[in-house]
Amino acid sequence: MDLSRLRDDFPLLKRKHIRYFDTAATSLTPRPVVARMKDYYENLSANVHRGVYTLSHEATEQYEAARATIARFINAFPEECVFTRGASGALNMVALGLAEKIAEGDEIVVSELEHHSNFLPWLHLAKKRRAKLVFVPLTDEGRITTENFASVLTERTKIVALTHVSNVLGYTTPVEEITRLAREKEAYVVIDAAQSVPHIPVDVKRIGCDFLVFSSHKALGPTGLGVLYGKKERLEEMDPIEYGGDMVDLAEKDHATWQDPPIKFETGTPPIAEVLGFAEAVRYMERIGRAEIKRHGENLRAHTMEKLRAMEGVTIHNESTEGSLISFNIDGVHPHDAVTILDSEGFALRAGHHCAQPLMAWLSVPATLRASFYIYNTISECDGLVEAVGRARDYFLSP
Amino acid sequence: MRKLDNLYRQIIMDHYKNPRNKGIPDDDRYRKEHIRNPSCGDDVTIATLVEEGTVKDIRQDGTGCSICCASASVLSELLEGKTVADALRVSENYVDMIMGKPFDEAIAFEDALAFEGVKDFPARLKCATIAWKAFDATVKDGENDE
Repeated sequence: MDLSRLRDDFPLLKRKHIRYFDTAATSLTPRPVVARMKDYYENLSANVHRGVYTLSHEATEQYEAARATIARFINAFPEECVFTRGASGALNMVALGLAEKIAEGDEIVVSELEHHSNFLPWLHLAKKRRAKLVFVPLTDEGRITTENFASVLTERTKIVALTHVSNVLGYTTPVEEITRLAREKEAYVVIDAAQSVPHIPVDVKRIGCDFLVFSSHKALGPTGLGVLYGKKERLEEMDPIEYGGDMVDLAEKDHATWQDPPIKFETGTPPIAEVLGFAEAVRYMERIGRAEIKRHGENLRAHTMEKLRAMEGVTIHNESTEGSLISFNIDGVHPHDAVTILDSEGFALRAGHHCAQPLMAWLSVPATLRASFYIYNTISECDGLVEAVGRARDYFLSP
Repeated sequence: MRKLDNLYRQIIMDHYKNPRNKGIPDDDRYRKEHIRNPSCGDDVTIATLVEEGTVKDIRQDGTGCSICCASASVLSELLEGKTVADALRVSENYVDMIMGKPFDEAIAFEDALAFEGVKDFPARLKCATIAWKAFDATVKDGENDE
């Protein structure tokens, strides 16, 4: 597939000088996704799961069809996919939902690679329940390996919450093997797939995890929406997190029963337009093909990596990465200073701790620059970025 | 590029590369304030020695971007020797200047004037003001502080 043609689907790329390298924070939104949401507001706009009139019925059908599309994308059943306000929201829901299964002295396994969203809910839960937060030791490169995971897995391990693909280093965690080991100890496995779903094929049945979360806006969809996948039996045994309309089955003055999952976890009017838009984004990714998306991102990363490696005064933090992003620093130049120079030339990339402060401590840097690559980036943009990095370095370091 | 050069004036780069009054003394007479900007890792500590209503000495330390580190260095020189009231007035007007608001142009900002260009970079306003906020905290609230 000729990816250069799809750039027309992203009007933002026509904005003067913009070269967008921050997909790992949020992806650009293609026209068909925006069109789908506009169509909902202009031509349907009715609420779901309520009312028997035609519009509401159509809205419900489209909403549930969208759920089926999104579920199929990760090889889940529709009833296993709960719509949430984002990946962060989904992780918080799981932490709340599992809270009562955690007792004093139990262990929750995380890693220093985690985004704050897959770290702070567990830190909070551990403190509240007097459980122990255990970190998988990272390899010298900063990877989670099956062996290192096995070294911290104990009879007391109750939850394993790990990133699928690191948002700072791009490494892929061996989640299938880790899940297998964790399930032998009957620990719940929670996978943060926010950085994997947009880039590589994700199959929840193959992974075998209990929960997996991802967000729409990093995968060509709109903001304000995430997905919580939970194995059917897990969602069934978990109590509702929030109570109110839609999630209720029967409400009496002193008693209520709940709908089955996933509606049990979706009280209130859901983000209908966003769900329809995200299903369109999923179709968009399917049309390109996930193998192609992966190949393109990896190509751009490899090409850029080779050039950055050859540059003096640049330190790369993830040289061996298989992912679609590069974390680096210009020696002696604070990332904020560097990114201001790059921004003045239209390069949009992230400078900061990437919501991963424990990892910054592990890397012994206050912050890094991160360039992330996606389907709409081109080789010539990457070449331009490398040249701009050189100019930023010279700007600060020339005597 | 001119806008950029306005941001990174030579004065700023000089203070960044040759910071003045660096290092926090282990001296209880100094009041210390430590501020971090979690979004970028800017981390500044200001220690101020006040005697009889006058700022006798300012020391600074920390890590961060050039704008943040240089502004801590600049303020440590500029505000030393001023009365607390004068120092706070300079600080307040400096922050107004950075924010692009009207400020008292009669104030002798000296090297601090070099930061005026920051107002064209909204993402960097915090970098240029964080050390000043720390300074303010060291001289405000009087004896109530521990």
